[in-house]
Amino acid sequence: MVITAPINTVLRMVAMLLFVVVVAACSRTPNSNVGMTGVGNLGPGGGAPGSQQEFLVSVGDRVFFTTDSSSLTPEASATLDKQAAWLNQYQNYRIMIEGHADERGTREYNIALGARRSSVVVNYLVSRGVDQARITSQSFGKERPVAICNDISCWSQNRRAVTVVQ
Amino acid sequence: MNVLTRRNALKLGLAGGLALAVASRANAQLNITVEGANFRPLPIAIPDFASSDPTFGREIAEIVRANLSRSGLFLPLNAAALPVQVGDVNATPDFATWRTVNVDALVMGSVERGGTIASSVRVWDTRQGSQVVGQSYNTDPNSSRRVAHIISDAIYAALTGGTGYFDTRVIYTAESGPKANRVRRLAIMDQDGANVQYLTDGNSMALTPRFSPNGDMVTYMNFADGNPQVYLLQLSTGRQQRLASVGAMTFAPRFSPDGGTVAFSVEQGGATNIYTVGIGGGQPTQLTSGAAIDTGPSYSPDGSRIAFESDRGGSPQIYIMGAGGGNPNRISFGQGSYSTPVWSPKGDLIAFTRQSGGQFNIGVMNPDGSGERMLYSSFHAEGPTWAPNGRVIMFFQDPGGNDGPKLQSIDIWGRNLLTIPTESYASDPGWSGLRT
Repeated sequence: MVITAPINTVLRMVAMLLFVVVVAACSRTPNSNVGMTGVGNLGPGGGAPGSQQEFLVSVGDRVFFTTDSSSLTPEASATLDKQAAWLNQYQNYRIMIEGHADERGTREYNIALGARRSSVVVNYLVSRGVDQARITSQSFGKERPVAICNDISCWSQNRRAVTVVQ
Repeated sequence: MNVLTRRNALKLGLAGGLALAVASRANAQLNITVEGANFRPLPIAIPDFASSDPTFGREIAEIVRANLSRSGLFLPLNAAALPVQVGDVNATPDFATWRTVNVDALVMGSVERGGTIASSVRVWDTRQGSQVVGQSYNTDPNSSRRVAHIISDAIYAALTGGTGYFDTRVIYTAESGPKANRVRRLAIMDQDGANVQYLTDGNSMALTPRFSPNGDMVTYMNFADGNPQVYLLQLSTGRQQRLASVGAMTFAPRFSPDGGTVAFSVEQGGATNIYTVGIGGGQPTQLTSGAAIDTGPSYSPDGSRIAFESDRGGSPQIYIMGAGGGNPNRISFGQGSYSTPVWSPKGDLIAFTRQSGGQFNIGVMNPDGSGERMLYSSFHAEGPTWAPNGRVIMFFQDPGGNDGPKLQSIDIWGRNLLTIPTESYASDPGWSGLRT
């Protein structure tokens, strides 16, 4: 479980609970071709070396952005450095970068903002040696939030780019 | 029988050849002041329509009453309390009786359902003792609600001096399921929420539908190909096809006023710019360039200019450029950010979404950026669309949390906030022109 946003402990626990509930809800509806959230098996443990589970749990599959920004925070850059190292070690995977926005913007603008965020992540990973040919990207705008509430504790989790290992 | 459209409205003569004092609009006394502090809804009496099927006559009158009431400009009186319960279009009303119950405007109608639906209606000014309008209509037998909408438009036009907007449809995004994995598909309905049809199956997310000017086509963004892409949907056949292959992602489409061109956004490498393409396809034309997000294009009704939003100056703001591109002028300067500019069909106003102080607002401004007014404010509201008469705006409002959006409308004077009934959550309304 990787939530790097600097939120206080109580909020963090609530957010994590919400997050698990939401992921569980998603996993029950596998038929939607836009339902992919970038979170797969959330079983215990860190996963075998080179497994998707390891990437998810030990590396971290997502980075977060501040409001209406597509700049990488120091935490985000650190996560992407770890992603790049892992992806350079395990060359058999392709990756999809999903760009997302929070709900506090209009629909069309947020589609573009999600694309800008995924583009920043793609460029960063490529700059760290990941072959561009392994990478695709997609924007979901604000249409696929992972945390549902009406305050910053959720919005900060929804402003994200998720690296889905395929 | 002629083709059955609103254009076949006939001036209605009075049986028996009675000479009528027909007030022309210019000297009619009965008129609604739609603007300003003096506004008050016009009391209007609409008895059930005469019909050999009285239930049908009542249904039609009910739809007319509901339309006029929802416009906010009329106050239909309780039908059960009227001195006359069923209309008679062939007689001159007893004006003195109507005046004693404070009725200024009186609608008498008849309707019969046969090979076609034939309806006649007269609007009377009881104070002047004169007819404001008298017309008859023939419509397709399967569209009884439409005849009521056409009649409503005739009454609205006769008494307010503007064209109506009741014989119109709304296309929108119907939403269902939990917020994190919501199904979004296109739906179409009459402006009052009746006759809902679903146009896409929900297997791929479909957003931001907009009508072509003549209402036979819809352009929208479809996630069927992974990234969203602009599609066209022919309403008569249900045929859907992708419009253009340019950049990584295409979205935010809107038709030109002549229906021949679609303006839309193209994203490539994180930069979003505005392009146009003919509806037959072909090579798209790039109108803006740079690393900013340029989206939400909307043509002026004369087709000469395009309003759009851009964050080139930092936050999203509204700009206007020529329809062929060129240097844009920024027109929004208030606090916060501005999105989704939509030009009024009359050309006099641009509606927009403004975010400021943690709230979302629906507002209007003149095309030169002056005269900005907020019409509605809430936790979340966005996506205005205009009724064809330029007097009413529909948008969607979302309370947030796991709840979902609903459609609302408000008039350009900031009055008469309404919720449009939909059977699911609903967003992205697109209002059609008057049907032909």
